[in-house]
Amino acid sequence: MAATAESVLKPDFQAKRRHFIFTDEHEQLRESIGSFVTKELAPHAEEWEETTFPDSVIHRMGELGFLGLDKPESLGGQGGDYYTSLVLAEEMAKAGSGGLAMGVAVHTDMAMPPIIAFGSEEQKQEWAVPAIKGEKILCLGITEPDAGSDVAGIKTRAVRDGDDYVINGSKTYITNGHRADVIVLVTKTDVDAGYDGFTLFLVPMDAPGVIREKKLQKLGMHASDTALLAFQDVRVPASAVLGQVGKGFYHIMWELQGERLIGAAGCVAGAQRCFERTLEYAHERKAFGREIGSFQVIRHKFAEMATKIEATRQMTYVTAWRFNNGEYPVREISMAKLQAARVGVEVADECIQIHGGAGYMREYGIERAWRDMRLHRIGAGTDEIMLEVIGRSYGL
Amino acid sequence: MIDPPFTPEHEELRSSIRGFIARELAPHAHSWEQEEWFPDEVFAKLADQGLLGLKYPLQYGGQGGDYLHDAVLIEELARIGSGGTAAGIGAHVNIATPPIWKFGTDQQKERYLAPAIRGEKIGALAITEPGAGSDVAALRTRAEQVDGGWLVNGEKTYITNGVRAHFIVTAVKTTQEGGHHGISFMIIERGEGVSSSKLQKLGWQASDTATISFQDVFVAEENLLGELHEGFALIMANFQWERLAMALGASGAMQMAWERTAEFARERKAFGRPLSGHQAIRHKLVDLATSAHTCRCVTYDALRRFVAGEEPLREVTMAKLLTQRACFELMDDCLQIHGGAGYMREYWVERAARDARLGPIGGGSDEIMREILGRVLAL
Repeated sequence: MAATAESVLKPDFQAKRRHFIFTDEHEQLRESIGSFVTKELAPHAEEWEETTFPDSVIHRMGELGFLGLDKPESLGGQGGDYYTSLVLAEEMAKAGSGGLAMGVAVHTDMAMPPIIAFGSEEQKQEWAVPAIKGEKILCLGITEPDAGSDVAGIKTRAVRDGDDYVINGSKTYITNGHRADVIVLVTKTDVDAGYDGFTLFLVPMDAPGVIREKKLQKLGMHASDTALLAFQDVRVPASAVLGQVGKGFYHIMWELQGERLIGAAGCVAGAQRCFERTLEYAHERKAFGREIGSFQVIRHKFAEMATKIEATRQMTYVTAWRFNNGEYPVREISMAKLQAARVGVEVADECIQIHGGAGYMREYGIERAWRDMRLHRIGAGTDEIMLEVIGRSYGL
Repeated sequence: MIDPPFTPEHEELRSSIRGFIARELAPHAHSWEQEEWFPDEVFAKLADQGLLGLKYPLQYGGQGGDYLHDAVLIEELARIGSGGTAAGIGAHVNIATPPIWKFGTDQQKERYLAPAIRGEKIGALAITEPGAGSDVAALRTRAEQVDGGWLVNGEKTYITNGVRAHFIVTAVKTTQEGGHHGISFMIIERGEGVSSSKLQKLGWQASDTATISFQDVFVAEENLLGELHEGFALIMANFQWERLAMALGASGAMQMAWERTAEFARERKAFGRPLSGHQAIRHKLVDLATSAHTCRCVTYDALRRFVAGEEPLREVTMAKLLTQRACFELMDDCLQIHGGAGYMREYWVERAARDARLGPIGGGSDEIMREILGRVLAL
């Protein structure tokens, strides 16, 4: 028998696939989240595109312990390492609903970390504990109608008045803005102090003067509710200050690092899901008498996509490894975020192309993947802001 | 923190190699490129430092290290600033000697591997032929059994170290049948019937890439390397390391080119400020840094798995595919940032771009890498 590549070299495609940052426990967790997502979330993805996902998803995930994977046990969390939240972000992609994944991530990885890191014991008990249980929902307010990437341009004012603060201003593009019980709000407390003039507040969304103005319509992420909010003479006690007065800018910059890395992991997983579904399609769909995947041009498209996804995954994992080991690797996080968002969008677009006309149709879900993914090049810091951050890190 | 799989020991080795290259090799890069030849004594100098046998056993004069030590060397060789010189060294260390180490008899190791580690004998690996490149099954160089050995006839081409090599690890057909079966390897010493002619190239100028022709070359029985007719296994065995080495080389070259270009952009003024003060240039540099970082991450993952004894065909193929194209693109962008200076031979960058262009072709072309990945994906 002639020796062939297959009979001489037997690479093991399946075994030992696990990356060194993960352990058996992570894999068990992955399995348990994955099966929950597949059974309880994915079947509703299409319906939720029309209605946005129900609050009961957060309640259920709280019951299952998925909202506090890397949060301290003293607050009801699971006390896991940073990688557990990476696993959650990756597995959530299996729902096939970018908006749902984003809504949960805003709760667990964007709004919750600053409460746990900077909050008083009372604040943690009041907000973090029920948030981990899934009984209260969180949102985060940074962007304003006139200040997006340029955080320094934020105008929402909090003015001291006796024992209270009075807040006026508006926030926009706020994920979970309609369903949230509380907002981590970025305000200006000292207009002359530049970056040292920002303060974070925990503002209950039912406080008088908090107005949920409208649900915003979007290109994608339809399962998520996105709000324009107004704050009119909202009065909160000084105990609502989160962290230190005047340190809000630095608190939020810290928060953004975790958010961006989790976002990168989500993009990689989203791209992977798109890739797998398209691979399946390429095996089934026939053209000119054979499976389209067997055409060299299509096969090479898959090879390119797989390579880009894998490289980006490696970047994300190695950066997470640094983060978990106590480094604060802003440059690498920004690179991972930039790369993952770009690759996610490119892969989704290429998957539409491979699907042809079907890719353009709503029923296949591929066009939705592209619409959802497209946000990542803008949200949590645009590509252009990432490039600036990385450039500055080199002294450029 | 040091990226896994490397440890402080590897970083020490790295800084010592870096110092050696800066002192002994890099200053000559320009003239070697102009002369289209680097001197053989480069091998002796490397051997003095123990760098030709990092991964080889002590008993043959090696350092008793492993692939990770070679990985450090390969990354650092980019700092010679002459792709051709790095290629000549790489061909000796990464592709010509490993098959002898893995498949050779004790006697073959004494005769070829040990002097190769000492820098006394230079090796080359010869597989490609004028009529068979990526398609290894189409090889035509044949070995006919004669009394006490074989008579080899045929032609090999694009052979790095092809002029200077003292021994050539050569793939030959030992049966008439086609396909992968019936390929054998022989260690052929330069001598009667072996003639080389040097090829002119786009880049890698300092390397003596050659066509080698074999006319009735007698090869003694004891110079058969590995099993008769089973040479394809030998080819496949080293492909992974060769490709991983290429990925590491590209990753090292990208790092170096980026550092130099960023320095240039900080110093060079245009419109009253440094080039890097212009947003378009700054963002281009950041894209390049991100690309270099991505390439390093995917390459190190493949390296970790390779060293751990997995057969990471998928990861190595991806690393090779991604890095070679990315390296060339990065060099081209570095050239662009240098402007007119980038086009001039006196700067390093036009050479780096020419040298990098081989990456997507050598060691299995991009198209072959995509075919392999397609198979891995069952397409």
